[in-house]
Amino acid sequence: MGLDKPYLDIPGTTIFDTDQAALGYHLNMFAMSLKDAENRELFAADQDAYLDKWPMTEDQKQAVRDRDFNRILELGGNIYYCAKIGATDGLNYVQIVSSMTENDAEAHRQMMIDGGRSPEGNRYLHEWADGDPAARKERGEH
Amino acid sequence: MAQITASVYSSHVPLIGVAIDKGMTQEEYFKPLFDGYEPGRDWAAANTPDVVILVFNDHANAFGLDIVPTFALGMSETFEPADEGWGARPVPTVVGHPTLAAHIAHSVIQDDFDLTLVNNIPVDHGCTVPLSVMYDQPEAWPCKVIPLFINVVQYPIPSGRRCLELGKAIRRAVDSFDEDLNVQIWGTGGMSHQLQGQRAGLINAEWDNAFFDRMVNDPEDLANMEHVEYVREGGSEGIELVMWLVARGAMSDLAGGAPPTEVHRHYHVPASNTAAGQLILEDNS
Ligand SMILES: [Fe+2]
Repeated sequence: MGLDKPYLDIPGTTIFDTDQAALGYHLNMFAMSLKDAENRELFAADQDAYLDKWPMTEDQKQAVRDRDFNRILELGGNIYYCAKIGATDGLNYVQIVSSMTENDAEAHRQMMIDGGRSPEGNRYLHEWADGDPAARKERGEH
Repeated sequence: MAQITASVYSSHVPLIGVAIDKGMTQEEYFKPLFDGYEPGRDWAAANTPDVVILVFNDHANAFGLDIVPTFALGMSETFEPADEGWGARPVPTVVGHPTLAAHIAHSVIQDDFDLTLVNNIPVDHGCTVPLSVMYDQPEAWPCKVIPLFINVVQYPIPSGRRCLELGKAIRRAVDSFDEDLNVQIWGTGGMSHQLQGQRAGLINAEWDNAFFDRMVNDPEDLANMEHVEYVREGGSEGIELVMWLVARGAMSDLAGGAPPTEVHRHYHVPASNTAAGQLILEDNS
């Protein structure tokens, strides 16, 4: 019998549990290494050489190259670890976080000033059955 | 006798630290947030403790995935501000209180909380931003600080109940320390925010404000809230709010004393991606 994971029913959200941590151990430890300035320099100078020092999967490396943070989290990354990849690029948290959403950084910043994303319609997976916020935006809704 | 005289509850958003470090607090974006911190700063100046037990979580700056302690107590004489990827904050070294920390460790572990004891460890924004919120930019922090790290990053994380009970055990420990010390306990993190996924940017002001009320008036009931509710209603990183229960557990009303006095409450959206909250309770033992 599997473990109870009630959080799997929350849309657009990846909970970093022990299963995700096992998937993402090397990915996260690579990202955490960027807390040291000399490693940030090495990574910025030769991304592929730096990535090759870590026994990550090719998918994980590609997600890092693409700076696809949703994919990074899906493959076991945790946001606090992997935000250091964005830090190395000179990005702040609003820029990193907004890249995972339907909004660009400026629109996301404005959304936050306007009170943030409402929990209404964003609590359960079934509420996104007709599409996530990006799909809704595409259709010109709200 | 040492005594816990107050508890403080505070967000620890990195951008709040950036605003203080770079002198941006009077800019349009930050002014309402910092105006709301003024009464708390006045209170902090008039009520500087000898020691703060500062409850927070590490954000991949100290522990990593090699060691994931649920509860870790900082035992050292000093704790250096961490470089989190953007360079270390230009803030004073955090000075610990090894003898009180040793006493708490001894007492709390014998009270069935299996603390991990740590020395020589950096502290990140979770610890230093609440200090800046209260004390601005001093040459040295005006009090000693015992960092208490709670794992709220890798699940399973401790329940609200476990956090509240840990706070009670910390109160018992401090009560039995012989030296005369004025001790505060600060619970940090939150309020509602989500930093990841397509749902990032979630804020739930109604839920946050109800959380404040329950924290003040009915913490025993609040301690029963399931993690999934924090996440669904308060965002994936809103789970940090469980750490506030450690501080609340250390108030004497939960050991038969009178209810604490609410001194100040402040709520502002946004600080970066987060709803910033602050609450100050004075103990009435
Ligand atoms: Fe945090």
